[in-house]
Amino acid sequence: MANVMVNAPKTARKGEVVQIKAIVLHPMETGYRVGTNGQMIPRNIIERFTATWNGEEIFDMKFSPAIAANPFVTFFATASESGKIGLRWKGDNDFDVEHSVDIAVE
Amino acid sequence: MRSWLAALVPVFAATFALAQPATDGRRTGYQDMSPALQQMEDDDSANPGMLFVQMGEALWRQKTGGADKACADCHADGSMKGVAARYPAIPAKGDKPVDIEGRINLCRTGQQKAEALRPESEDLLALTAYVVQQSRGEPIAPPDDPRLAPMRADGEKIFKQRQGQLNLSCANCHDDNAGKKLAGATIPQAHPTAYPVYRLEWQTLGSLKRRLRGCLIGIRAEPYEVGAPQWVSLELYLMSRARGMRLEGVGVRP
Amino acid sequence: MSGRRDFLAGAAASVVLLPAAAWASPDSLALAIREVVGDKELREGKVKLDIPPLVENGNTVPLTVSVDSPMTDADFVKAIHVFNEKNPQPHVFSATLKPRNGKAMISTRIKLADAQKVVAVAETGAGEFWTASANVIVTIAACIEEPS
Repeated sequence: MANVMVNAPKTARKGEVVQIKAIVLHPMETGYRVGTNGQMIPRNIIERFTATWNGEEIFDMKFSPAIAANPFVTFFATASESGKIGLRWKGDNDFDVEHSVDIAVE
Repeated sequence: MRSWLAALVPVFAATFALAQPATDGRRTGYQDMSPALQQMEDDDSANPGMLFVQMGEALWRQKTGGADKACADCHADGSMKGVAARYPAIPAKGDKPVDIEGRINLCRTGQQKAEALRPESEDLLALTAYVVQQSRGEPIAPPDDPRLAPMRADGEKIFKQRQGQLNLSCANCHDDNAGKKLAGATIPQAHPTAYPVYRLEWQTLGSLKRRLRGCLIGIRAEPYEVGAPQWVSLELYLMSRARGMRLEGVGVRP
Repeated sequence: MSGRRDFLAGAAASVVLLPAAAWASPDSLALAIREVVGDKELREGKVKLDIPPLVENGNTVPLTVSVDSPMTDADFVKAIHVFNEKNPQPHVFSATLKPRNGKAMISTRIKLADAQKVVAVAETGAGEFWTASANVIVTIAACIEEPS
């Protein structure tokens, strides 16, 4: 997907702890700012970021409005088997973006 | 009208940012940033501007317009290296200089038979970011084209001319007081080495024109219209002033 | 042109949008932490909070929380919570972890509205709570700066 950037190793040894980095395009409008028209800009944030490894959940993070725009998250996971690392962001206004990267584990 | 000058003196705290040794004294805004932000810019997996570069690459390869052509169909991979370092320039069949955004839109309308991309739109910023990134590390090398001389001179005149309700010129801050603090931030020398830039204040990527517009509004001057020649004239002067300095690709700034 | 902050007047002149009492305070920070920790003891240690002490712009502050833990089934971190003291609300993020994360370390970028304390709380699988905090000075604040 063009508006998601993921950095994860393409290969890993079984049992190796790898770092996964992800950034998604999103304004993360807090709902606390006043626009140039004098009106409060409505809140528009991502609320939840989850990651899976071949479907098994490996990470779950609840965002608040205090997470910066174009949210960037890094976390670690133990390489178990080859397959797909799945990432999903859900939030206000039916925001629901999924992205996956392949990883080969030997 | 000099009384306001005295009032401004306490605003310019006499602190100089630590200068890295440079043979000609020129510094980029990168050198004035905290290590945390420098690291954010240097790490391609963390630099938020890189997301736009990635988006730009996808657009670069996407067929579009009445001609159903992608940028990549005409421009081989690697062919954009060095291009951003020598812009603004006058296109082959034209007589007015354009910046990178202008050049992209000339291709869109002329070659791809597609609509021009709106200024500061996500797509135009992404494509510009992708093109500029191909020149990361290249020294700024304004072209020798003699036709550019009058516009560049015009840009220099604008840079040095006092304007706006605060009656300040760009040079007052960026030549005379660079390195000193203004409202807590270090005044940079204003070399355009990192545009389009992910500016934390904007919380997104933005063009040099957006930054210049912000400066003009800041000194209470009337910003030029969209598409006005002054933007390109200013950029011509700024790029020649920054001749030889290396492009950072898409940068990060506070 | 409206809405452009007057940089000469300095960041202190920014408009506060909500009554100060409605924003996070040391009390709401304490309450938010209590909601997570309950009556359990909150110990300092094991948690490292990496955040720059002085940031130019509060809109994007890099932060890394790491917890000293072997991340085995017997001894692992099951949640990391980060709170703030002076933003409009006290939460920053909450993340759940498992032994298979291998390393209890999360990096992200956050918004800070003012010079304030940031607090990280880690909960272990055994139900222990560990904490660390850091003070950050913010030159240009998030939340209260108008968009330009």
